Order: sequence, then structure tokens, then C-alpha cells
Amino acid sequence: MSMTATAGRAHADPHHIGVVIEHPGPASKRIVTAYGFWVFLLSDIVMFSCFFAAYAVLSGQTAGGPKGSEIFEQGNVAIETVCLLLSSFTCGMASIAADVRNRFWFYLGMAATCVLGLIFLAIEFREFADLVARGYGPSRSAFLTAFFSLVGCHGLHVSAGVLWLLTMMAQVFAKGFRADVLRRMICFALFWHALDIIWVGVFSVVYLLGSGV
Amino acid sequence: MLGKLDWSAIPLDQPIPLVAGAVVLVAILGVLIWVVAKGHLPYLWHEWITSVDHKRIGVMYILLASVMLLRGGSDAIMMRIQQAVAYQSQGYLPPEHYNQIFSAHGTIMIFFVAMPFVIGLMNLVVPLQLGVRDVAFPTLNSVGFWLTATGALLVNLSLVIGEFARTGWLAFPPLSELSYSPGVGVDYYAWSLQISGVGTLVAGINLVTTVLKLRTKGMNYLRMPMFCWTTLASNLLIVAAFPILTATLAMLLLDRYLGFHFFTNEAGGNVMMFMNLIWAWGHPEVYILVLPAFGIFSEVVSTFSGKALFGYRSMVLATMAICVISFMVWLHHFFTMGAGPDVNAIFGIASMIIAIPTGVKIYNWLFTMYGGRIRFATPMLWSVGFMVTFIIGGLTGVLLAVPPADFMLHNSMFLVAHFHNVIIGGVLFGAFAGFEYWFPKAFGFRLDERWGKAAFWFTFLGFFITFVPLYIAGMLGMTRRMQHYDVAAWRPWMIVAAFGMVVLTIGVICQIVQLVVSIRNREALRDRTGDPWDGRSLEWATSSPPPVFNFAFNPDVRGEDAYWDMKVRARQQSLEHDVPEYRDIEMPRNSPTGFVCAFFATVMGFALIWHIWWMVILGGLGAFATFVVFAWRDHDEYVIPAEDVARIDRVNIEERRSLVSMAGAI
Repeated sequence: MSMTATAGRAHADPHHIGVVIEHPGPASKRIVTAYGFWVFLLSDIVMFSCFFAAYAVLSGQTAGGPKGSEIFEQGNVAIETVCLLLSSFTCGMASIAADVRNRFWFYLGMAATCVLGLIFLAIEFREFADLVARGYGPSRSAFLTAFFSLVGCHGLHVSAGVLWLLTMMAQVFAKGFRADVLRRMICFALFWHALDIIWVGVFSVVYLLGSGV
Repeated sequence: MLGKLDWSAIPLDQPIPLVAGAVVLVAILGVLIWVVAKGHLPYLWHEWITSVDHKRIGVMYILLASVMLLRGGSDAIMMRIQQAVAYQSQGYLPPEHYNQIFSAHGTIMIFFVAMPFVIGLMNLVVPLQLGVRDVAFPTLNSVGFWLTATGALLVNLSLVIGEFARTGWLAFPPLSELSYSPGVGVDYYAWSLQISGVGTLVAGINLVTTVLKLRTKGMNYLRMPMFCWTTLASNLLIVAAFPILTATLAMLLLDRYLGFHFFTNEAGGNVMMFMNLIWAWGHPEVYILVLPAFGIFSEVVSTFSGKALFGYRSMVLATMAICVISFMVWLHHFFTMGAGPDVNAIFGIASMIIAIPTGVKIYNWLFTMYGGRIRFATPMLWSVGFMVTFIIGGLTGVLLAVPPADFMLHNSMFLVAHFHNVIIGGVLFGAFAGFEYWFPKAFGFRLDERWGKAAFWFTFLGFFITFVPLYIAGMLGMTRRMQHYDVAAWRPWMIVAAFGMVVLTIGVICQIVQLVVSIRNREALRDRTGDPWDGRSLEWATSSPPPVFNFAFNPDVRGEDAYWDMKVRARQQSLEHDVPEYRDIEMPRNSPTGFVCAFFATVMGFALIWHIWWMVILGGLGAFATFVVFAWRDHDEYVIPAEDVARIDRVNIEERRSLVSMAGAI
């Protein structure tokens, strides 16, 4: 059932405005599930905003350690960004394939998304490991604390997303494009795209602004 | 192998927690043995523990809150006794134990009493008021409840294994950092709140989606009962504020576990950031608790005055105004910490502005009562008692919102008296009103009125005898959280407050007796029609207790006070005997997902607290596996055949017909 409104009876209009919108009743499962997941994503974005705020407060507190411009490598970040943006595209392709019940394109789209996500994670992991090896771990300064937490929190989300993605593929393999599987696919796609949006924030606030300082 | 855990974690040298823990353990074992011996275990497992029915989950939330109220109340009694005797002496509680008690008291009362109580009532009532069969996500609802229970379990575990935080209920750094709190107390605190916080977030998402997307036909926004509106506002706040708590505690835990520098004194950490973050959650939290209580009072006052709620639309507006403004006042919790006069002035004014919509609500309730035919049943007594008490608490709040006054009263007993005044007088009175009001709906019989009224009067008077002395002691300069003191002028007030605690305890005992007496007299108190109070909203349009599917047909709503309209129309049309055509109803199947998930969360939380890393991994894998198994199941719904629906519904219709015709005859 969609949210279409229908004109109703006159006594539903106590102020005689002339326009009466009658609520049509409970929404369908598909709408309810996606809507609930949207609300979850909003809460997740609130959580990220706390880490962004912490980064903004602490980014100048280097405690004699390195500044952002001394440790950020623009080349790597560019590759990471390209991977993630491309993965959003392939995830969209997988969603369309799921909608038209095409298994081949669904698997292909999801596999490509997975590979791109893993490349992203590998680059991020190498960046972190390299920093720690140079003695610039998160306990070096408050700036590095905030940097590792914000970027790492996004990385953890991507890791969870990859786990979900693989589970999703296994589920389509075992159960086919059942209604509940398709609803989960909508949620997964929303999650993956939201991580992209957050990455745009991380990219701008951390890497772009940080390189200038 | 077991991380930091060894035999020294058991406080063998401290008799109080050990004896308390042993008593609780014996009680739990006794109940378990009784359940198993009587053969109730399958019933409990199939009908309650794995239930995804919003009514059952609501009842379990309220049960959890009631049990934890006794735990938090015991802490309160211990503190009052300590302060009554600890004049120029050490009293009977050593400082490190006393500090754990006030920290546990605050944590338990907010997170494991007030929160589950209001969430339980919302779960129980909101789908019924909206005229639908369940919440948006029934299984997740169960997961949310069991995760809350996990948090409560971990807090209580700290009584006998290790220790609880000594940092106050919000664990301010740098005191809560590893260098100053090296024990596991803060870790117990943080992990139990993280786990129950996930549960609360799930409940919030679930109820927001339910109110916004699952309403019966014709239930426009401006026809929803007030309780649904306040539920919406409160859960929007949960969705917007609880992630802040999660993030803040995650930062504190990173500091403690991995040597990060968010809030440390070294390496550029910033303690004030913790204050800002925690109160950006903490202030909305106050309204998360009190808004549902406002909704309950609206329902109760309107029902027991026999009138529609006065100024319904202004009430909606006031609710949503509070919802928004509650995010703009957090700084008034630390006026004294040097934000400067301009910032303090802005937040002081914002804090006073939020009193305006609250005042609107008070007047609306008063005008609803004005000219009404008022019945002073127990829920109504709690509501009127609330109005008196809450106004005083609100006024002292406005006083504290004035920055210069706050500089005098900050961290004093005056502040303690103020927030108990609004939380007991607002949230707890509301929870009790809702408990008395909806109990017949949940269980099919009313609560004994005489014991209910006794409970109200003892609690009401006990509250003032306890907390007015604390206001005065605060004015005399007494700061909060004192393990002992040397000022003679405070002593009499502490003794009066301890006496007040005795009266409050009698109130609680009355409530327990009320429950026992009512269960024993349940046949005499039986509610056969489903409408014991002559109610106005849709929860009274179905039987008590409602069938698992709530309504045989989704009701068609034509205006505010939907059920009142139906009753009026039924009387006018002298009961048309149309025979409805019943249909099969699909309902979600029960699932142990929530319980199993909470089991693994408990394992994981405990392992994290004690640094038992292999167990953490095991718990995490278990939780993931639980969700995959849940996602893999093939049948998530079962069908109730039309004949069964018809049989259940006809019984209720007959009872109701006799009621309406009786009312018609009068």
C-alpha cells in the first residue's frame, strides 16, 4: 500500500478547510522495512557526527607529534575514494539486477562491490599499519587519536558491510530473490551508499582540509 | 586465560555486597527451581522468553524495571542511612563502597528503571492505540528488550564479581580514565550501557517507524492519542541522542583500553569535550523519560475527567517544541565550567524557554479537569499528585537555569533535590499512573484501589519528607555525594530525610501488597468488557487482555478520541447487528533470536570487562551466527484461521453489547 491520500468525509475536517486527507492505513512491509532502516542510518550518522566533532576539536592537538600534512598521502586517498565511489555504482547495479531477478548480474555486481570494498580496506589498513610502525599510532597525540577513531570507525563500518554483502550473496544463492531477501537487499544498498556519503565527509574534513595545515 | 579475572575479584572482605549478592542468588535459584519443578519452563520459553508480541515484551520491560527499582531503591536507603549517621564519623559505609553505591543508584534508576518502564508502557500501549496488530519490527523488539536485560545483568554482576564505578552516574573523566580508576568498575559501567544502549536504540527506531508508518485506516496524525505523540517525540529523541552516548562511551573505552587521548590530561586530550558530548545526550534523555509520562497523564486526565483533552493541538505543538528545544540546553549542566557570560546567558534563556511548552501542558491538564466529572481513581491521584510535585520541581529548575544562582547551587543537595523532584514527581509518578491505568488491559483484571491509594499517599508524602530537607541542606551549603560531614546544621535535615525514606519504603511495600492482593482477588476484579475506565482511545476497543492479533479488524477511525466516538455512535444507532466477515490473520512467529543474541552479548560484555579476548571473539561469532540463522529461516509468519478469530472476537462483542445496553438503560 502506498502513501497515496484519498479525500474523505466532511467530519474529518473540523476547521472546514475543505481539504480532507484520510490516512489509508498501515504501510506495506517493504516500505516499513526501508523506512526503519533509514531511521537507523540517521542515528548512525549522528554517531559519526560525534567523531567528526571530536576530530574538529582535537585536530590541532598534535602534542609535538606530526601534523596532518606530514602524514597524509593524497595518492592513496584518491585511490580509496575512487574505489568507494565505484563500489557505490556497482552496488546500484546489483540492486537493479535484484529488482529484475537476474542472478548473473546480481552476483557480478556484488562481487565487484566486494572487491572494491576490500581494496579500500587494504589501502586503509596499510596506511594505519605504516603510521603505527613509524611511531605515529593513536596514543601518540590527541590529533592522531581522533584521526584513527574517525577513519577507523568508517573502516569498521565498511568491514561490517563486506560481511553483510557476503551473507547477502549466500542468501540469494540459497533462497533466491524472496521478498524478505529483497527487503534486506534494499537495506544493504542504503547502508553501502550511506558509507559513501560519510566517506565524502571524511575525505573533505580529514584529508583535504588536513593536507593544507 | 581469564584476563584480569581471579579470586581477588570476589569481595570476600566486604559483607554488604556479598550478603546482598548471596540473597539475590538464592532468590533467583529459588524462582528457577520453582519454575522447573512446577513445569512452567516450556510455558515461559514459548509464551514469554521467545515471544515477539509487543504486549508481552512490554510487560517484560516493566517487570525488569520493577525489579531494578527495588535494587536502586535499596541503594537509596543505604545512602540516606549513611548520611543520617555519618555526622563527624565514618558511618557504616567506607568511602569506596559509598561511591559505588551512588554511582550504581543513578545508573540503575535512569537506565534500568525509568527507561525500561516507559519503553515497556509504550510497547504495550502504542500499537493498541494506533489500532494495529504489532510494532514495525517484532523480532528486533525482542532483541532490544533482551539487550537491555543484559545491561542490567552486568550491572548487578558487578556486585559480587569485581566492583562498580566510583565515578558518579556519568563517569566524568579524568576520574574515569585508567590512571585514576584502574579497576573494572568503569568498564562494567561503560559496557553495560553500551549493550543496553543498543537495545534502547533498537526500541527507538522500532517505535518511530511504528507511529509514522503503521496506523490504522483514518488515524491521521492529528487524530492520534496524545500518548502516541509523546511516544513519537520521545523516540525521535532516542534516535537522535543515544548514538551520542554510544560514541562518547566508545571514546572513553578507547582511552581506557587502547591508550587513546580523547579525554586524558596528557597529549592534548580534552575533558570538556566529554562534558559537552555526554550532556548533548544527557539533557534530551531527561525529555526522553518525561515526555511519555506527559502522554500518560494526558490520557489519564482526559479519561477520568470524562472529557476530551483540552487544547489537543496546542498539546501536540508543545510536545514537538520540547522535542526540539531539548537539544539546545545541554550547557546548563556545567555553567560553572567557564564557557563565559554570553554562552551561559544563551543557554540559561533557552532553559527557561523550555518551561513554556511545559507550562502549556500543565494548563491544558487543568482545563481538561475544569468542568469535568472527575473520578479520583488511583491513576488520577498519581496524575494530580504529579501536577503539584512537578510544578515545584520545574520552578526550582527555572531557578537553576539562572547562571548566577547556578554558581551558588551547582553540585549541591539543592540540585539533587531538584532532579529527584522532576524525575520522581514526573517520570516515576507517570510510570505508576500508567501501570495502574493499563494493568487491566495487560492482564484482564484491575488492581485493588484501596492499596493503590495507600501506595500513592505514602509515596507522595514520603517524597516531600525526603526531598524538601535536601533542598534546605543544599541552601545551607551541603554538596552532593558526601560520605561524611562535620556541619551540625545539616544533621537534622539528613535525619528527617531518612525518615522520609521510611515513608517512601512503606509506599513501595503498599504497591507490592496491592499486586499480591489484586492477584488473589482477580476474579472479583475481572474486567470482562475490555473497557474498565470508560476509556476514549482504541486500546479499550478490544478485550482485556487483548488477543494476540489485537483487533479482528483494523478499526476505521473518524476523529479524535476514536473509541469514544464508536461508543457514542453505537448508543445512538442502538447496536446494529451486522455480522462481520472474518478473515485469516497472519502474525509473526516467535523467535529465540533476542534471547540467544543477549546471551552472547552477556558473554562478550563480561569478557570485554575482564580482558578475556578469546571469549570476546567467541561471543561476537555467536551473535553473528544467531542473526544469520534468523535470516535463514523460511517461515516467519503463522496464520490464525478465520474461525478462531471469529470465536475470540464474538465473546468480546457480547460482553461489550451488554455494557453498552446497560449504559443506554441508565
